[in-house]
Amino acid sequence: MPNAVFRTLNDGACRQEVYTQRLLLLWSMTDPRVGSRERRGMTSPQDSVHTYTHPYIPNAVPAVRQAMLEEIGAEGVEDFYADIPDGIRLHRPLDLPAPLRSEAELTRHMEELLSRNTSTRQTLSFLGSGCYQHHVPAVVDEVVNRSEFLTAYAGEPYEDHGRFQALWEYQSMMAELLDVDVVNVPVYDGFQAAGTALRMAGRITGRRRVLVATAIDADKLSRICDYVRPDHDVTVVPVDPDTGCADLEAVREALAAGDTAAVYADSPSALGIIDEALPRLAELAHADGALYVVGCNPLTLGVIAPPSAYGADITCGDIQPLGLHQSFGGGNAGFIATRDEERLVAEYPSRLFGLVPTSVEGEYGFGDVAYERTSFALREEGKEWVGTAAALHGIGAGVYLALMGPQGMREIGDTVLGLTAYARRRLAEVPGIEVPYGDALHFADFTVRYTGGGTADGVRAGLKERGIFGGVPTGEREAAYCVTEVHTKADIDRLAATLEEIVK
Amino acid sequence: MVNPVAGLGGRVGLGGTDGPDRARTALSLGARPLAGVRAAAALGELAARAGESPRDGLLVVTAAGPLGAESVAAAGLTERIVYAAGAGRDTSAEDTAAAVRAVVAQGVGLLLFAGGDGTARDVLGALGSPGGVSCPVLGVPTGVKMHSAVFAVSPRAAGEVAAAWLAGPGRVRLRDAEVMDRDEDALGAGRVTSRLFGWLPVPDVPVRVQQRKTGSTAPAPEAVGGIAAEVAERVGAGLLALGPGSTTRAVAAALGADVSLTGVDVLALRPGRPPRVVARDAGEDALLALGPVWIALSPIGGQGFLLGRGNQQISPRVLRAAGGRERLLVLCTEAKLAALGGRPLLLDTGDDALDAELSGHLPVITGRRQTSLYRLAR
Amino acid sequence: MTAHVPVSVSPEEARIADKPRLRRFRQASWDEKLIFELGSPGERGVLVPAADPSVERPAIPAALRRAEPPALPEMSQQQVLRHYLRLSQENLGADLNIDVGQGTCTMKYSPKVNDQFVRDPRIAALHPLQDEDTVQGVLGIIHSLEQLLKEISGMDRVSLQPGAGSAAIYANVAMIRAHFAARGELEQRDEIITTIFSHPSNAACAKTAGFKVITLHPDADGYPDIEALRAAVGPRTAALLITNPEDTGIYNPRIEEFVRIVHEAGGLCSYDQANANGILGITRARDAGFDLCHFNLHKTFSTPHACGGPAAGACAVTEELAPYLPRPTVELDPETGAYRLDDDRPESIGKMRPFYGVVPNLVRAYAWIMSLGAEGLRAAAETAVLNNNYLLHKVRQIPGVSVPYATGRPRVEQVRYSWQKLHEDTGLHSEDIGLRAADFGTHYWTSHHPYVVPEPMTLEPTESYTRADLDEYAAILSEIAREAYEDPETVRTAPHRSTIHRVRPQALDDPAVWAVSWRAYRRKVLGGAGRR
Repeated sequence: MPNAVFRTLNDGACRQEVYTQRLLLLWSMTDPRVGSRERRGMTSPQDSVHTYTHPYIPNAVPAVRQAMLEEIGAEGVEDFYADIPDGIRLHRPLDLPAPLRSEAELTRHMEELLSRNTSTRQTLSFLGSGCYQHHVPAVVDEVVNRSEFLTAYAGEPYEDHGRFQALWEYQSMMAELLDVDVVNVPVYDGFQAAGTALRMAGRITGRRRVLVATAIDADKLSRICDYVRPDHDVTVVPVDPDTGCADLEAVREALAAGDTAAVYADSPSALGIIDEALPRLAELAHADGALYVVGCNPLTLGVIAPPSAYGADITCGDIQPLGLHQSFGGGNAGFIATRDEERLVAEYPSRLFGLVPTSVEGEYGFGDVAYERTSFALREEGKEWVGTAAALHGIGAGVYLALMGPQGMREIGDTVLGLTAYARRRLAEVPGIEVPYGDALHFADFTVRYTGGGTADGVRAGLKERGIFGGVPTGEREAAYCVTEVHTKADIDRLAATLEEIVK
Repeated sequence: MVNPVAGLGGRVGLGGTDGPDRARTALSLGARPLAGVRAAAALGELAARAGESPRDGLLVVTAAGPLGAESVAAAGLTERIVYAAGAGRDTSAEDTAAAVRAVVAQGVGLLLFAGGDGTARDVLGALGSPGGVSCPVLGVPTGVKMHSAVFAVSPRAAGEVAAAWLAGPGRVRLRDAEVMDRDEDALGAGRVTSRLFGWLPVPDVPVRVQQRKTGSTAPAPEAVGGIAAEVAERVGAGLLALGPGSTTRAVAAALGADVSLTGVDVLALRPGRPPRVVARDAGEDALLALGPVWIALSPIGGQGFLLGRGNQQISPRVLRAAGGRERLLVLCTEAKLAALGGRPLLLDTGDDALDAELSGHLPVITGRRQTSLYRLAR
Repeated sequence: MTAHVPVSVSPEEARIADKPRLRRFRQASWDEKLIFELGSPGERGVLVPAADPSVERPAIPAALRRAEPPALPEMSQQQVLRHYLRLSQENLGADLNIDVGQGTCTMKYSPKVNDQFVRDPRIAALHPLQDEDTVQGVLGIIHSLEQLLKEISGMDRVSLQPGAGSAAIYANVAMIRAHFAARGELEQRDEIITTIFSHPSNAACAKTAGFKVITLHPDADGYPDIEALRAAVGPRTAALLITNPEDTGIYNPRIEEFVRIVHEAGGLCSYDQANANGILGITRARDAGFDLCHFNLHKTFSTPHACGGPAAGACAVTEELAPYLPRPTVELDPETGAYRLDDDRPESIGKMRPFYGVVPNLVRAYAWIMSLGAEGLRAAAETAVLNNNYLLHKVRQIPGVSVPYATGRPRVEQVRYSWQKLHEDTGLHSEDIGLRAADFGTHYWTSHHPYVVPEPMTLEPTESYTRADLDEYAAILSEIAREAYEDPETVRTAPHRSTIHRVRPQALDDPAVWAVSWRAYRRKVLGGAGRR
């Protein structure tokens, strides 16, 4: 393994530069095997000044281990590996870097790595496109970092009553926000939620085709296509290039084939547009017997109508904007929501917690709504898996919604809509920049085009040099920007001024 | 209803105790009657769990003395005695039948009987035609021979299933369970085999699944619809002979055809249209006359017999004419397969060469695009 | 872990006590209201920055304007905090209990120091679309973790994108599909073989990806049935997906032969390493001939289970399958030492996640492996196996417990026990025992796919627990078994000292009254009553 310069920390005199050096060349050696042990300077415990039992492995204390073996009547731990054939045993130690045994050493190493990151707290960032920089209230972090929640897993509704209640309350608050009766325990992310929502629609309608009617993120589309492939074909109906909005005529034509399981729309779309045609798409889908599936950013819903209000049968999306850190894309989690109809509920492949009474009068508890028992559960045609997904993100989003309340959700919606409109107007004033899609309502994300000399890559690099993250290229001369409530008017003015320097 | 002599023979090596002589012999060999104790355990469990049901009280209609009343009293339940055996004589199969009829005449919600395969046969005989019984029945296992599928896994489990049934008959489904017993004719000819005598409706409470209501990951739904879809795809347009049993019948229903529980019916499958029944209760000759058919079978009874029990119409000649293994579709839900506890599926066609040919690992259709490879053995 | 230190305690003294005292535990039970019953109109939990007054909010088309404000709670900040802290006290995290009862889940200690790293803004506040040169630290961590897992698995390439173990299994199946599609064999090879004691996600993911599934049952000795495998393979075989050791804790001693048989039939072999904790540094997927494998970082590599995620999964493959890995991959430029994301991978199965994986858990797993090193991983594995066999030794002495399959053979890192005997004797179920355990400050869960073992209990002690912990856990089970025989009513009606009492689950099956949300509960059960 190419880790030749990974030196043990037992040698004492490690300076900051040594760590940096180590990281840079960490895995760069071409021949991992030759002499790597020597080069790495790996020590065995006997060589070390301090001998130790690792703090995470208590029964490695030799006397304890020996006593346990004796009580079992075993010669050694080898006895327990009797079924593993010798031919596939690894008769050497794993070739790994020497351990950073103490917390002090580990922390120093990690600090050196983290110092090579620049966060969006340190730099003005206008990045969005599926991961959003919103303020995370301190109470959200306080709750999700509690050991009781962070380290629990899948206990029963008794000793883990708190988890069940917190997640049921998350479902309930999302249900209020989305104006539906049924919301699931979170799935991996918004992409997965969309893929599953479309498969649900396919199982309900028994039809094959999925129509995408609004602008969709290329990665999201790729994930959906891969996921529904065994049962469905995906047709993307291009949006009107001038307005960025759905091409209703083209959607109507595509629906004429009559084999459409679902019309899918995103609100906002990948272009940041909340399409005025969203209600019309519902009518078109329903007229054809298809379901209407809408992916939405839940943070918009303090001011924007929930998709169920304009005809969505299934709503899905990502809850990262609801108080979850960006974490380099690690904070995404997905939701799926429907009316409380048995035929819809029967198709959720994910967990739904329900409130139930207990054997004590007046006390309540929770459990899994047993959708598999309903006569509508015809799931043999398109099974999906249920596994560990993103429950703690659901608890975090629930805390966020409780803190925000109806007023907070309205205010944040107003602020983001206002700042997005301001940013589009302000950047459009910059010579060499055009902001397409006219009057369409945008939330957070928006597109700019560079009509001057610069390319999207060049502009992005120029911004970074001037201490601004932004302008993710979406074409050679086109890029995505994003503003949220963490930005001020002055931040946007600074962006505009900086772009003016770069783009001209 | 308790068969007081059920199980007597087991500990003294006599096998079953069908007939008064065997029971007397068993007693003389030192056997101790256990059926009443086991019935009391089942009733005790029922009493403990009845508190969870919305009903205020529970009335047990039974026969006097060791035929039931003793066990009811031991469990502390309220009894109403509707039959008594004649004093001073051994109880008999006739007593069983008479007691069953008297109890059922009271309009009970469930007939709980304690005994073995012989008792199950007596119950079946008392209640009417094979496959035509309407009163739900549940067996408390106390006998020596336990080939039938009408028994709970243990006496206490019987009490639990009974409690679940009585708490909400609408919530618990009934399944048709096989009554099987040793084939005395064959025994006379020196062969130890069992025979299918009919079906009784039994409350279907898959205990392990029921336990999952509050837990973590939902189990897969009952897969009969999936099995039907898979069968339809494999057969395409063609003739499908369905062996007897509740699984094959449910599969036929999912395909859109009503077939009998007890006989071999033949469907003509037509993609896109509901199947047509081309033969009902077909015998060997009728099956041979139809030409090549697909044969769908489901394991029979607690022992997992696939061929040679209750479906002898599907004879070696029929199987060979159909094309052997290639045209044999074995249908079974994962749950039913799991209940075999790793024991192989069994066959006994009476043709050693064919048995050998069919033995080995066979794909069992457990759902849509889903099979389990399972061992079929003599 | 080894230590050649003079030890002053004798083996006898090393034990805390011969018979551990059972705890007089009582869980918090705050009788906390539902959040919708708290607060009052006008209360605020957090304030939102308003845009500069000169910034106007654009007009929202009428059809898209929200008509009624969402009926969310209105609560002050401390009240929100207090509500959730009370709920947290009604939750038994792994940090608080001897969490050996969630077998197959590998509930090991998640070091607190690793949580500190991921809360740092230089992880938490990184945007995934930042310039690569502003995220060299996190890219370096991802790349380095890939190298560590390569050595641990013996494979050639690793992707850390899957969001959890099942997502990693799905990614592996998608790569298998891509592999045969590229060879033009996908039409022909449409069957995937698995075993009934492999994790059920193997079968489910294969079906999701469009394959037919063939399941093998154990042979008479309780091991995966090689004759069944021989009967199952053929020209239609795409792959074998197998967990080893299986969820029974039994290691398949013929694993090489399994792989060979499938390879000879032209199929691929994918190793579900969800149960890798007992074999780290002992044996590797590649050494047994596998083409793909996956790890659950939240199991084997210590990242917290977080009430059921976010977790993290890793796929590892041979060079031949590397082109199909999820994109982008993290690449190291050996000249400059710089890391970059490579999205130009035309044969890739695409993205598994919106970005690159559950990064906080990748950071934690990296830190955990780095803190242990090779000898530490091996010590963790050996100790996990020692702890398991020690607990097995204790538990099998408890009346009513049995150990099905492979009788007398050792188990690796977990055991699936059966309370069937106790059930037959007392009428109580495994679930009852598990619920009674909650009265002693621990628990075990009742998820034991595929429900082949009657009245199951799956225990996996991992390396994190002391001998005294294991003794205490065994003593709790022993006490409950005694109660089951002598005082079954206490067990039947448990828990008694937990947060709540037995739920009446009937409402969960009934569409007329099931309540997945407060508004559904109000409408169906309260008849429209309640706040608002």
